[in-house]
Amino acid sequence: MKFSNYGLGIIKGMGVTLKNLFRASPTTQYPEQRLTVSKRIRGTELVWSVEKCTGCATCARTCPQGVIRIVTHPGEAGGDPNRYVVETLEVDSGYCIHCGLCVEACPYNALFLGYKFERAKYRRQELVQSKEDMSISQETPSAYYHPELAGKLPKQTLLIDREKK
Amino acid sequence: MTLRTEPFIMNMGPVHPSTHGVFRMRVTLDGEVVIDMEPVFGYLHRGIEKLAEERTYLGVIPLTDRLDYLASMTNNFGYCLAVEKLAKIPVPERAEYIRVIMAELQRLAAHLISVGSFLNDAGAYFTPFLYMFRERERIIDLFEMVSGQRLLYNYMRPGGVSQDLPEEFIPALQELLKQMKGYMQEYENLLKDNEILGARAKGVGILTRDMAINIGASGPVLRASGMKWDIRKVDPYSIYNRFEFDIPTGVQGDCYDRYRVRVEEMKQSLRILEQAYQKIPAGPYHTEVPQLIRPPVGETYAHIEAPTGELGFYLVSDGGIAPYRCHVRAPSLMNLTALRDMVKGWKIQDTILTFGSIAITMGEVDR
Repeated sequence: MKFSNYGLGIIKGMGVTLKNLFRASPTTQYPEQRLTVSKRIRGTELVWSVEKCTGCATCARTCPQGVIRIVTHPGEAGGDPNRYVVETLEVDSGYCIHCGLCVEACPYNALFLGYKFERAKYRRQELVQSKEDMSISQETPSAYYHPELAGKLPKQTLLIDREKK
Repeated sequence: MTLRTEPFIMNMGPVHPSTHGVFRMRVTLDGEVVIDMEPVFGYLHRGIEKLAEERTYLGVIPLTDRLDYLASMTNNFGYCLAVEKLAKIPVPERAEYIRVIMAELQRLAAHLISVGSFLNDAGAYFTPFLYMFRERERIIDLFEMVSGQRLLYNYMRPGGVSQDLPEEFIPALQELLKQMKGYMQEYENLLKDNEILGARAKGVGILTRDMAINIGASGPVLRASGMKWDIRKVDPYSIYNRFEFDIPTGVQGDCYDRYRVRVEEMKQSLRILEQAYQKIPAGPYHTEVPQLIRPPVGETYAHIEAPTGELGFYLVSDGGIAPYRCHVRAPSLMNLTALRDMVKGWKIQDTILTFGSIAITMGEVDR
């Protein structure tokens, strides 16, 4: 082995380490400091609009996991003949994989995904969301598959912006 | 005086820090030298191929995310190509460009992990790994912007992509490409000429060209053995024939060559990205496809160049809404079968290094 140039590669590598020593840290201390998530985040599942929903159950049939449970009835005489009354709409979020296919399938744009993302619960039963939990009046919908909602949401933090010159 | 030694069988894994997932090796040792190695896998078997038979063609896409979970975009890409071939769905121009951009970004992200964890196995503890994770985070930011999730994107659909690019994507991509060049130089300075890495990885775990072909290896493992074989060139799918890029190859097929091929491939990916984002046309981002795709009766095979190698999807349709059979040609599994011949006769620490240089994902091996 030639020893004349031995060690040059190591010195080069140390140079990189030395350069990075004086760089700002790329990490974020999560619960205290937060980054803004993407506008299209697939967060807490299913924000549901009762006005737009007709009870067609396309979402339940599209769901690859089969976690959407929907019970409807035709309603009383004199109501809208093209609409079902949604009795139950339940999502077991423990089984949901957040693929968003139900949102894409909905023909009446009545389903959205949530913008919030922290969804830890203490009990497993609490993971089952009823239609009251999902109502659009309480939750913020994300812009996933609904780009018209993107304007209202804050801009996503991008790590590349930190080192922009 | 000579010491008499006996063959000793040792189990490495399934939960061993060096085996990148739940992989077990039954290693027969003579002292420190490996005389035989038997891979045992199946710990992460989820039955994805069988599950695909009872889901709709759209519902399989979230499953393909979970094959090689470090390269979900390319898995989506391969599956969607197979469905398009089967059901004869046209893809608009803009969607093709978006797909190529996503696939190349994904290749960058996956190679960053492969190279980082290889160097980690070589003993450069976490320094290169964390540098590479830092840059992968920037790429994942872009994926999150486009698809809404950071790891399991579920972004491509038969006939295009699920949503159009947001307007802030192209400026962010430009900025990323600008910064990545500096970072690539940083990786090269960090360990390319390092003497310790050279002593550790050069000439270790040699896979000869003939053996690589016989085993059916693909991707960086095959190219490091000196074979110029890339699906993007030899059987161009999508619009890859419009871009200029080279196929980097190794010389002798050792661990160092495999590491070099991956780094060179990242540079070629940057080249493709540079060309792709400038040419991206306006227009529709997907073809209108019914929710329940019913392809005609028949079978098809579509393959792409995934970061680990040739990823193929074999689909059989019986005319219904779900595939009759969905077989995945997993490149990680094929490359893993080469491991036995590569480690025989080497010491046990070289086994770890050789295993790391193949860069498999267990989710794809076991499916």
